[in-house]
Amino acid sequence: MRIADESGLKELKNSVLQERDSLRPCITICGGTGCHGYACEKVIAAVENEIERQNLKDKVSMRVTGCHGFCERGPIVVIYPEKVFYQRVAVDDVPEIISQTIINSKIIERLLYTDPNTGVKPVHEDDVPFYNRQKRIIFGNNGKIEPTNISDYIALDGYGALCKALFHMTPDQIIEEVNKSKLRGRGGAGFSTSKKWAITRASKKGMKFIICNCDEGDPGAYMDRSLMEGNPHLVLEGMIIGAYAIGAHEGYIYIRNEYPLAVRNVGIAIKQAEELGLLGKNILNSGFNFTITVHKAAGAFVCGEETALISSIEGKLDGPRPRPPFPAQKGLWGKPTNINNVETLANVPLIIERGADWYSKIGTEKSKGTKIFSLVGKVNNTGLVEVPMGMTLREVVFDIGGGIPKGKNFKAVQTGGPSGGCIPESLIDLPVDFERLTEVGSMMGSGGMIVMDENTCMVDVAKYFLGFLDDESCGKCVPCREGIEKMREILTNICKGEGEEGDIELLEEIALTVKETSLCGLGQTASNPVLTTIKYFRDEYEEHIRNKRCPAGVCLDLISYSIDAEKCNGCGACVRPCPTQAITGEKKKLHSLDQEKCIKCGACFETCKFDSIIIK
Amino acid sequence: MITIRLNGADVKVEEGWTILEACKFYGIAIPTLCYNEGLSPYGGCRLCLVEIGEGHRAKLASSCTYPVEEGLAVHTDTKRVIETRKMMIELMLSISPNSKVIQDLASKFGVTKVRFKIRNEECILCGLCVRMCREQMDGKAIGFQKRGYKRKISTPFDIRSEECRLCGGCIYICPACQLRCQGPEADTAVCNACLTMDPTCLDHYDELQCWMYDAGRCGTCVREKIEKEKTVSSKS
Repeated sequence: MRIADESGLKELKNSVLQERDSLRPCITICGGTGCHGYACEKVIAAVENEIERQNLKDKVSMRVTGCHGFCERGPIVVIYPEKVFYQRVAVDDVPEIISQTIINSKIIERLLYTDPNTGVKPVHEDDVPFYNRQKRIIFGNNGKIEPTNISDYIALDGYGALCKALFHMTPDQIIEEVNKSKLRGRGGAGFSTSKKWAITRASKKGMKFIICNCDEGDPGAYMDRSLMEGNPHLVLEGMIIGAYAIGAHEGYIYIRNEYPLAVRNVGIAIKQAEELGLLGKNILNSGFNFTITVHKAAGAFVCGEETALISSIEGKLDGPRPRPPFPAQKGLWGKPTNINNVETLANVPLIIERGADWYSKIGTEKSKGTKIFSLVGKVNNTGLVEVPMGMTLREVVFDIGGGIPKGKNFKAVQTGGPSGGCIPESLIDLPVDFERLTEVGSMMGSGGMIVMDENTCMVDVAKYFLGFLDDESCGKCVPCREGIEKMREILTNICKGEGEEGDIELLEEIALTVKETSLCGLGQTASNPVLTTIKYFRDEYEEHIRNKRCPAGVCLDLISYSIDAEKCNGCGACVRPCPTQAITGEKKKLHSLDQEKCIKCGACFETCKFDSIIIK
Repeated sequence: MITIRLNGADVKVEEGWTILEACKFYGIAIPTLCYNEGLSPYGGCRLCLVEIGEGHRAKLASSCTYPVEEGLAVHTDTKRVIETRKMMIELMLSISPNSKVIQDLASKFGVTKVRFKIRNEECILCGLCVRMCREQMDGKAIGFQKRGYKRKISTPFDIRSEECRLCGGCIYICPACQLRCQGPEADTAVCNACLTMDPTCLDHYDELQCWMYDAGRCGTCVREKIEKEKTVSSKS
């Protein structure tokens, strides 16, 4: 059943809407990866059973949606049309939800979210502080649609932008509209999307390719993954519009095989779109052909780099190659190729449908629109947040993120993935956009945001990220392969207490060389963690080197655990968790800690409720 | 023909040339390691870096891969370029201190110390042998394995490749495993013997006889000289 043309799509949308009663309660359960971690599939099965058991099939509908973003509080259940927001839902709660909330319209207090700062319990999703400060123009529909059901997407005006592009705009007009919107690539570098498209379009006629880059590999970042899992049709629509604009008839989606749900959902989405004639030959009888192949990637971080990604699709090992020629001139199989990030493509349908004027009102002067960040680390509300460009770090971390757990102090936030920089507390009022972040030595990257509290050692952080980059460097060019390795060696020595005077200067020297001389983006940005931590936390490095002390109490070789004689009341709670039996003592009497046996695992520190374990 | 600005002078170059080819044509020496005329450019050793563009937008690019463009400004020997080249040599020395090619480069650029831990893995992963095998010998017997610092060159599954015809092309072209540094057994990774060279052949023949002169001098004379000094000092 192919859709014949534009009016056919409208008819389909109307028929979908007619079948659905907008007032009928609908239980939506988050089926994103985060909630899967909380075993949401058991909740889903329980809801299905309960509806069956109470014979409510005609009165209640159910939808397993994509990621809602508030992953900290999963599994998340939202009941439409009122948008009642339940969090941390367990299987045992399901019968009550059905009998109370659905049938009697009663709210179950205990499942509501409690704001830890104010104690308020908002009932509706939109009132939850985590959500109401965001601007979820791209991510918002994730919670409303079932990713494996194209009707849900079409009911929300899906593929409307594609119709507008195909039947009412020329490719040049599309590029001009995207140009006016000032959309910049969301993959990291922030290059103008329209410029990229225009270069590929201008390349000589013949085969051209468009590639969607879903090789998100930053530790702790998962926004592209969640978009692909939760709303694959949005990305497909953006990709088809992009292909039409640049004149490509073949596209690839390069997606990590470690993202099984995303791979599955995008596969289903492509099949459904093909069946409806929204993809494939002669799309909506417009004469435009476009097919998409899903390429499952083997999970190398460097393959997020454009030229390495192309090598990978071609079946080669080689890794990145020097540019020019740029992929837009000579890319996949030597043909002009346009590569866009998932989130960039997801922005395109919005720009086409609502217009560049609307879009460019959001954001700052040079960075338009919104950006999805994955807010993780030492922050109360872990999850995916979408905010307009230019929002300050303080608003993101404290207002949306709810601040630092256990009342600890904020120390730094690392933006831009492993090769981003650490931004200290003094710069917390920095507006987040491409330029500002680069100015302070960090970067936008793909949108990772790792919050660190006072118990984080910045030298250790730099060591951790360099370790990741050292493992993920392809090893082709000398500065990246050897430079990162040497920096890691020096940092490891400093953390072990073997640092020497001059190490900081040597680190800076290597870091700058690696930044200037590396072949691809991985090496060019790999120094950021080192350079920013030295820039903003130099005293911490000096403390490690000169006094052999780790001020944050993290570096194992530089710390020792002991028991505070005044605070210890002999409760004995720390004795059992200690894996080496280093703590001994009689009940209700001062305990003692054997330094010989202690392996500094920190289990006692975590257990003690009286702060009597001291780290020095 | 197009015009580029090479070290401040406007010069004509063929379109399609790389910066390295243009420099070679005009007699400007640029050190290279992973580059060979007969093979496709690789851009891995970063020794041939030059500065392109002017002012604060000037950046470093590998001249062996960068094609010349109309009006392109190129500086081949700025402070920035020399400093980074020295760092590249220092990094390479720390993994392949036995390579004569790299030791010679170190002497030439005045790299007199290595501040890093020595890995001594011999191979510097320049990829010349891989390209030689594939592009000139039509062999495809060897290739890269693994990533990052674990990267190595080997045959598939580390077993004897049926593709290999034992032509020896890989050994012929290797800058690390063929020419060993013959200088005195240094305690550190740096030899620098060439810096103190005082050829004994000059005493004997009144003319430099060193057949390895172009490849960077053999250094045996230095060893002879030092050994002579040793014997002299031990006698006294």
